[in-house]
Amino acid sequence: MSRNNNIAVQVLSICVAAVMIIYGVSRGETAIIFNKAVNICLECIGLG
Amino acid sequence: MKINQEIKRKIVQVVAFGYSNTYIGNFVSGQIYKGSWKKFCNPGMNCYSCPAARLACPIGAMQAVSGSMNFKLSFYVIGFVLALGVVFGRAICGFFCPFGLIQELIYKIPFPKKKLWKWLTYVKYVLLAVFVVIMPVTMVNELGMSSPAFCEYICPAGTLEGGIPLLSTHPELRATLGALFSVKACILIITLIGCLSVCRFFCKVMCPLGAIYGLLNKVSIYHMECNKKTCVSCGKCHNVCPMDVDPVKNPNSAECIRCGKCVASCPKESLALKFVYGKKG
Repeated sequence: MSRNNNIAVQVLSICVAAVMIIYGVSRGETAIIFNKAVNICLECIGLG
Repeated sequence: MKINQEIKRKIVQVVAFGYSNTYIGNFVSGQIYKGSWKKFCNPGMNCYSCPAARLACPIGAMQAVSGSMNFKLSFYVIGFVLALGVVFGRAICGFFCPFGLIQELIYKIPFPKKKLWKWLTYVKYVLLAVFVVIMPVTMVNELGMSSPAFCEYICPAGTLEGGIPLLSTHPELRATLGALFSVKACILIITLIGCLSVCRFFCKVMCPLGAIYGLLNKVSIYHMECNKKTCVSCGKCHNVCPMDVDPVKNPNSAECIRCGKCVASCPKESLALKFVYGKKG
């Protein structure tokens, strides 16, 4: 990939990432993550 | 000068590890941190059921949203990983991953050291596709929910950082141990033996987060450049690389964690890690 193409991909990816983060936060994904992360995750520790 | 670079990296790793795992008192009390920092993802692998963990594991968080009743894709986590990956690539693995530091410390234990078969490095992409993406979306119950398959069936970081500390302080959890824990304990033992023999065995073979960052290494802003005009092809960079990369042939390999050992070892200063592209040629 040429240098200019690389820079274009980088800029585009960061813009897409920013939009995704804003959209994800706005629809309440952080609440799901928070609820999962503040309780002992039985699957994570091998109890299923 | 050469030693300084590695010491600087170790300092960053220790600070990142400490920031990710602040609540060490919870190892004694058997509790996990329940504060608002858990809304945010850790850049590297660090189980959110680890008693000391301050942040959420991005792979666990991705599966938690995929397995929820309302959503099948986590835009928040994918956006977070994409942003970090595009800026830093796998430098996240080399500098900020708590489980990466644990593996590097394990590798320092005297044990016969081996090179990994190349094909094993592709296993992590299969694990990412099957256990992180496909299974949490497709294997749903009647409520449309699913379990985090990678955490449940594979993740040795969860068993080591979350499972063992919590089981040691919770007799009621120990009473529920079954076949699944035996499977995960076996995977943990294999991983630990692998880490004794192969540097960053988990990163090379199993880490789905490393797989994502590795793919983004190809386009990341923080990148490596090799000046082929000054390179004398002595092979020192390849020999010193803990990830078995040849930075002359492939400076932005998906396996490179940007540790900088190759840059420090180059007698001609032909290799450089940069945020800004150098002059062409």
